[in-house]
Amino acid sequence: MGGLTVATRYLSGLELAHRISQRLPEAVVDANPEWVEVRPEALTEVCRLLREDEETDFHFLSCLTAVDRLDHFEVVYHLQSLRRNQLGVLKVKVWDREEPEVPSVTSIWPGAELQEREAYDLMGIRFRGHPDLRRLFLWEGFPGHPLRKDWLGMPGQRMPGLQRFPGEPGEPDTGRG
Amino acid sequence: MAMRTEPFVVNVGPQHPSTHGVFRLRLTLDGERIVECQMVMGYLHRSMEKLAEERSYTQNIPFTDRTDYLAAMTGNLAYCLAVEKLASVPVPPRAQWIRTIMAELQRIASHCMAIGTFVNDCGAWHTPLLYMMREREKVLDLFELACGARLTTNYMRIGGVSRDLPPEFLPRLRDFVREMPQRIAEYEDLLVENEILIARSRGIGVLPADKAIAYSVSGPMLRGSGVAWDLRKADPYAAYDQVEFDIPVGTNGDCYDRFMVRLAEMRQSVRILEQALDMIPSGPYQTPVPLALQPPPGEAYGRIESPRGELGFYVVSDGGPAPFRFHIRSPSLINLTPLPELVKGMTVADAIVILGSVDIVVGEVDR
Repeated sequence: MGGLTVATRYLSGLELAHRISQRLPEAVVDANPEWVEVRPEALTEVCRLLREDEETDFHFLSCLTAVDRLDHFEVVYHLQSLRRNQLGVLKVKVWDREEPEVPSVTSIWPGAELQEREAYDLMGIRFRGHPDLRRLFLWEGFPGHPLRKDWLGMPGQRMPGLQRFPGEPGEPDTGRG
Repeated sequence: MAMRTEPFVVNVGPQHPSTHGVFRLRLTLDGERIVECQMVMGYLHRSMEKLAEERSYTQNIPFTDRTDYLAAMTGNLAYCLAVEKLASVPVPPRAQWIRTIMAELQRIASHCMAIGTFVNDCGAWHTPLLYMMREREKVLDLFELACGARLTTNYMRIGGVSRDLPPEFLPRLRDFVREMPQRIAEYEDLLVENEILIARSRGIGVLPADKAIAYSVSGPMLRGSGVAWDLRKADPYAAYDQVEFDIPVGTNGDCYDRFMVRLAEMRQSVRILEQALDMIPSGPYQTPVPLALQPPPGEAYGRIESPRGELGFYVVSDGGPAPFRFHIRSPSLINLTPLPELVKGMTVADAIVILGSVDIVVGEVDR
């Protein structure tokens, strides 16, 4: 048999970059066949454009996650169009290691809510404009964000782990950042 | 004059049978009605994404058993697909078909659990669940035959599966496939027109199609809302491009539709298994891959239609023997996003039914 189905089209980053820069000429930073990178300041406009554009039609936010690239953070968006059956990958890079901040896309895709909270909890990315940016899995007061490469809680690793349980007397409550 | 009531907070969970694990709902009530719902999770957080960064690609496969412990085979499959994409490893046809068989058996087992516990939540105390456990047991027996394990199967490998099917597997699968339609008919007799089930679930927790898409929900929850979106058809993997099956969809997007979609999907899974029995070729079951696989730097997103929805693995390689980043796009977590909105204005009893219809596995929510 075979050929009963049409597989998802993986949109090239170059194609996406072309479409974005037609409307938002300043937004694209970098593009290659796999993904397109945009400036964090332009992120919400780019996302709204990609969702509303007939050609891209990304109404479904498939996956949102963050990667620690040692000198910067990447937030990766896998965007899916159900009607046109195509997938595109969007990235933003944040170079501030202390307080990385990107705009939240919850106003465009409400499905980002828990995924952004997860990225905040484990990677420490602050999503500006998120309605309820709290830790998701770890408790308030947990020291640091464990998925960062410089956070290693194991003995003998690059950073000491928990000295005592957070919230004990004398333990500074770092709380929600 | 309307009576003034004081808000009252009820904690459902973390240790509560209806949460299907260790998951907590903090419900603020006004009289009988829920005015606010907060989800508290993380009780089962095992930091798999961090642990995976210190283990080789092959060593990470057992983690994928333990994220969604009711559907280990599909977890294995999604992860192996991502790594195969990353390292460009071909998979021989027999392995593709074995994977398809295992994924569909897993779907039947998982849906048995999902439907059984859901009707439990609706008040059908354990009788239907035990019916379904009986069939699930047969699937687990088949898994045991193929790989020696029942729950944490650890069966798929990068480039294929860990071992070939034993000679008695396919005849026993044929028996199962012959028997299963009658069992599904039994479930339908028992449940589909069950008055209590309908009263408890129809019109409850309605999620319209546009909202379902906006909230990124997937799997039976998305299809229950009437969106015919199934990655087995939309983005075929394993041998799904060679089998025929339908995508059951709901119309109202309520709890009853989600239940019906799962029931109908079990029939489709049997249909896929029937075709697989006829079409599975002989040949190698694995592409030899070095144990310490070092994929070239890059990234890959492998995704499948797991019993709960779109299960994706985002794997980043820096050329080393362990993943640089390992992220699980877990359908259980993301399907929970609309829950606070769905339960708002409902009673506590409805909230339990709605949570049951989402079909979460807390191991996958928290990872």
